[in-house]
Amino acid sequence: MAEPVLDISHLSKSFGALKATDDVSLDLRPGEIHALIGPNGAGKTTLMQQISGILKPSAGAIRFLGEDIGGLGVAERARRGLGRTFQISSLTPEFSALRNVMLAVQARQGTSFRFLGNVMKDDSLTGPAMQALERTGLAGRAGVTAAELSHGERRQLEIAIALALGSKAFLLDEPMAGMDPEGAKALTGFLDGLRAEAPILLVEHDMDAVFALADRVTVLVYGRVIASGSVADIRGDAAVRAAYLGEPQ
Amino acid sequence: MTRETVLNAILALLLLALPFAANAAGEPFYVTLATRMAVLALAAAGLNLALGFGGLVSFGHAAFFGIGGYAAGILAAHAFNAEPLLSWPFEIGGSDQMPVIWLVAALACGLVALPIGAISLRTSGVYFIMITLAFAQMIFYFAISWPSYGGQDGLSITLRNGFPGLNTMAPTSFFLVCYGLLMAALLLSWRLRDSRFGAALQAARQNEARVAAVGIDPLKIRLAAFTISAMITGVAGALFADLTRFVSPSMLSWQMSGELIVLIILGGTGRLFGPVAGAILFVMLEFVLGGMTDRWQFFLGLILLGVVLFARGGVVGLIAGRPRHG
Repeated sequence: MAEPVLDISHLSKSFGALKATDDVSLDLRPGEIHALIGPNGAGKTTLMQQISGILKPSAGAIRFLGEDIGGLGVAERARRGLGRTFQISSLTPEFSALRNVMLAVQARQGTSFRFLGNVMKDDSLTGPAMQALERTGLAGRAGVTAAELSHGERRQLEIAIALALGSKAFLLDEPMAGMDPEGAKALTGFLDGLRAEAPILLVEHDMDAVFALADRVTVLVYGRVIASGSVADIRGDAAVRAAYLGEPQ
Repeated sequence: MTRETVLNAILALLLLALPFAANAAGEPFYVTLATRMAVLALAAAGLNLALGFGGLVSFGHAAFFGIGGYAAGILAAHAFNAEPLLSWPFEIGGSDQMPVIWLVAALACGLVALPIGAISLRTSGVYFIMITLAFAQMIFYFAISWPSYGGQDGLSITLRNGFPGLNTMAPTSFFLVCYGLLMAALLLSWRLRDSRFGAALQAARQNEARVAAVGIDPLKIRLAAFTISAMITGVAGALFADLTRFVSPSMLSWQMSGELIVLIILGGTGRLFGPVAGAILFVMLEFVLGGMTDRWQFFLGLILLGVVLFARGGVVGLIAGRPRHG
């Protein structure tokens, strides 16, 4: 088996008496989509925040590309190739879609300490940014500020930014949230192809998308992993049906 | 050309024309008024980098304004008395040359801004405002209790410092020096705003989490902006000392920090020429209203209230509309 890109072992996070993450281990292997599901409050976003570096775990280790990244900050983890999208779109609202992506391009190049030169006239920024927008179907909206984009378009823009970062793993936190069915379908098709570029850890409530996309599924309830396996395994798992799909055991 | 570009050009020409018109009208006093506008605009242009572009509401920029002023005062005093500043291990004398003084003012402010920024930028919002104020107050009380350079009485500059090839005692020549530096600072601000650094700085103001998530450390970007901002305000402080030929702890006071913020809000926060519009308006109000009543700041307060309630973009925002980002 290929070496996992992202390897989380025995991760725990407590807020006082509340165990938001309770001894969670999971990994992400090259070329796969690993879905992370669970009812509201199961600790999915808390887990994502620990992986991306916003929260510090109470115990456990996170390895990325073979290195322990537990001690690194958010920016350093992003520079190493962890591209995350936010559950609630998090963009720079006054900037156009294009400039939002250009920020990711300059971050990837590590050139944020260039003090002169107009960014809008710089092909090495606008070129790759435009490409990322084209791939996510936003090219026609490049000049619109993020504040004026529709909800679905902002979700797409989040993904365009992750693409422009050249991420080596994607952490997508509910990319379909609030999208209309057509948009969700288009995005499902897009993510299906994206896994060849870099593996995806996908938190998603849209079960059609999860079952269509995931190579593996991990189910989180009250911060604990109650099941992990293929889509078929999860569908057939009695504990999952009881806890998550709301059916009696 | 956008409306804002036209407005900027008008403001630049207006300020430039003012001393010449004053001379032509035989009212040389107005030259000093125009110089005051240019110097305060320069100080506010420095603050605008941090406050306007970066969203960093520093309530301690008087520290840098005052340090620049003391740099000018102290160097001039040593040059005038022919006493070295430092006699061991090597001798460093004073200077009465503006370029040297500006360099010293900018470097001193940069060196002070780095640790202040490194500490205070770890906080945000009200805490950032308070911690920058606290640092400025520390420097204020230090200046008051330091008798070698006048303590609370301040320090006079006997002769205005010189500039190669110019008679700086001539008000119009000195105005042109200040105006030139103001334009240079605005040119720098403009280039910075549109650069990669400026993009990261403005993005961090809008959404810090997003900037970190793409792999840019917002703290480093802000620290650089804060330091450059302090250096520009420091040079303005040196010019202000030369304008009044006097330095005192009042240049370091929190009222001074507040005044710089007021200038920016009046002119337009984060707008390139906001500080210029703000300084012209502020000095005019100070002169016109101040001539009518000692309580002129009451009316300034009313105007500020009006701007905050009805014209959030200040003068520039009112005339040129919302800012455009590419």
